[in-house]
Amino acid sequence: MAKKEVKIEYNKGWDLAPAPESTSHIKLKKKYDLFIGGKWVKPSSGKYFDTINPANEEVLAKIAEADAKDVDKAVKAARKAYDTVWSKLSGKERGKYIYRIARIMQEQARELAVIESLDGGKAIRESRDIDVPLAANHFFYYAGWADKLEFAFPNREVKSLGVAGQITPWNFPLLMVAWKIAPALACGNTVVLKPAETTPLTALKLAEICQQAGLPDGVVNIVTGAGATGAEIVNHNDIDKIAFTGSTGVGKIIQKAVAGTNKKVTLELGGKAANIIFEDAPLDQAVEGVINGIFFNQGHVCCAGSRLFVQESVYEKVMRKLKDRMESLIVGDPLDKNTDIGAINSKEQLNTIKKYIKIGKEEGAEMYQPKCAIPKKGYFCKPTLFYNVAQSNRITQEEIFGPVLAIQTFRTVSEVISKANNTPYGLSAGVWTDKGSKIFNMTSQLRAGIVWANTYNKFDPASPFGGYKESGFGREGGMHGLSAYLNLDS
Amino acid sequence: MRLEVLKTNKLYIGGKFPRTESGRFYTAVDKNGKEIANMCLGSRKDFRNSVVPARSAFGGWSAKTAFNRSQILYRIAEMLEGRRDQFVSELTKMGSTKAAAEKEVNTSIDRLIYYAGWSDKYLQVFSAVNPVSSSHFNFSAQEAMGVVGILAPEENGLIGLVSSIAPVIASGNTCVVLASETKPLCAISFAEVLNSSDVPGGVVNILTGKKEELVSHFVTHMDVNAILYCGKDEKIKKQLQEDSITNLKRILIKDFDWLSDKAENPYLITDFTEVKTTWHPIEQVGGAGSGY
Repeated sequence: MAKKEVKIEYNKGWDLAPAPESTSHIKLKKKYDLFIGGKWVKPSSGKYFDTINPANEEVLAKIAEADAKDVDKAVKAARKAYDTVWSKLSGKERGKYIYRIARIMQEQARELAVIESLDGGKAIRESRDIDVPLAANHFFYYAGWADKLEFAFPNREVKSLGVAGQITPWNFPLLMVAWKIAPALACGNTVVLKPAETTPLTALKLAEICQQAGLPDGVVNIVTGAGATGAEIVNHNDIDKIAFTGSTGVGKIIQKAVAGTNKKVTLELGGKAANIIFEDAPLDQAVEGVINGIFFNQGHVCCAGSRLFVQESVYEKVMRKLKDRMESLIVGDPLDKNTDIGAINSKEQLNTIKKYIKIGKEEGAEMYQPKCAIPKKGYFCKPTLFYNVAQSNRITQEEIFGPVLAIQTFRTVSEVISKANNTPYGLSAGVWTDKGSKIFNMTSQLRAGIVWANTYNKFDPASPFGGYKESGFGREGGMHGLSAYLNLDS
Repeated sequence: MRLEVLKTNKLYIGGKFPRTESGRFYTAVDKNGKEIANMCLGSRKDFRNSVVPARSAFGGWSAKTAFNRSQILYRIAEMLEGRRDQFVSELTKMGSTKAAAEKEVNTSIDRLIYYAGWSDKYLQVFSAVNPVSSSHFNFSAQEAMGVVGILAPEENGLIGLVSSIAPVIASGNTCVVLASETKPLCAISFAEVLNSSDVPGGVVNILTGKKEELVSHFVTHMDVNAILYCGKDEKIKKQLQEDSITNLKRILIKDFDWLSDKAENPYLITDFTEVKTTWHPIEQVGGAGSGY
């Protein structure tokens, strides 16, 4: 008897009623000044720029642009707070301030989530369930370290560094700010932070939370602006530590700029992670992990699983499941609770992604996109697969930072290890197999800072995050995240 | 003039506030011998009734994430801060000066926060990946022991209670506590704090009564995994160590100045954990390109 194949139309029958999250409860000012020394200060240039909602291209607020004078003011405020207050407080009291910040963030979590989705375009499901709780938990976790630092470094005298200059990216605006500020404060430093220019709002809301928490003036300073403002922080000679999360290109410029100074540096840069499916893997679970690995946060994730390696024997099956699953993804309004993929963060980034899609086609790879509709207004991109790609293709070598997956096949363990490691990056990797001993073989062979086994894109305040090779150096999170903000040499 | 309403001091067992099943009482007095309150004189049966909910709460409490336990310990501190006046007043009734009482309450709140912080950190400090000489991934990590019997310090009404309970429950143990016999007033008030702090019923059970009567029941109970004795009575020490052979209970004897910083450290957490070592094979195939 001939086998009857039942073809399910995954893109039919999925019409869900709109379920937009309310914006009525959020409080945004029309104009945000710089947060320096505990006060809102006008920028010396008098210049402001717009921050827009990438889902509808409407202006959300005007944001001050900090120049060299403003950055200097912020560094002076941070230095004064360090010298007169913060470095003199006991670890216990420092910790209690940080706990307060965590608790207020938890109280205001929904407002933060909505603003995060408005300003950055990410799906509310993610900002509500991932970004904001993780950010609050990060403060809660590091608060507890403030009076326990000596236990993390046996036989060392722990000392704070002084003023930390921190520059954060636009993909997880509030979460990255939390990753920077929480350990810095716990270790006894004060902070001058510049959030990304396309997504400054939640960092500015956090400044308001610092005020509510009664944090001493100048301990946290937020200066907004673009790359030029960041450069002023990097080059300021009264800063003791630079922490940067962003592209490898900018990371290298920063490393060069601080060469010869005594600034301590941590860099959390790009990635091109290999996500590897073996034939013995639970395939449905693996496909779900691949989807999460590359389409989470529109693919704006440094540790995104942007290279998929599938063992040849299950390639056809995986491709079919992957395409079917993609048909059911909902691309659209970030504030809709059913949305899987929100808006691309900026026009500039959308153009970059489009450029790479064009390159992929020109390089001869085959492309697949689901039939889903995307909104006419705003910056949106369909989830995209490229298969039959070569190891040398630019779409397999370069970080795209968008919802674009490059798929290759392999036959043996050796082959996939050498392919997976054949990249200048080394941030993360994924392994899918039911065999535990294979997982541990892979985790010891893969040159990456984080290896997810039968899961992907998992984050926790207690778990260190950071890369090998050109993905940067230093770790954020966990006990290992402390040393970036301490002087352990004396 | 309005007549003050006095509180009936009961026990705290399985998240409820029963009177002692024995119907007995003793009278707590201040330093001048003046009567201040009647307390339940807890019995062997009260103790045994407390071990049952402690054991059944152990599974759920130890299975919570460390982070969640950390938040709950922090919540206890928040609740205690909100009722600080009550504790200051009880401590002064029992003989503390106002200043000493305030210091004791402050230290108690901060100590809860201290252990809240350790709850999700002590594992990272004390566990290990062991470099064994075969192709195995091998790691050792601490796990909570189970039900711990706590004989709280006699000399402090609140800080002793907090300092002995917090490290024990931080890792996921549950406990049955015998409060200070001579300074028992804060014990049941602290139980009220616990009861409104998201701490599941049964995780902490608090009894009042006489050490002399209850010690042997604590140490011989077959469903208690460990005893923390806060004190220095040589007779009690020997009795605990001898009678621990019933089920090889772990006996920890600590005698600190409970108000000092020495009385808070993560070793009080690890003292009530077991170390578990896991072996897992590592497949030895395919190392190509791993040198890059």
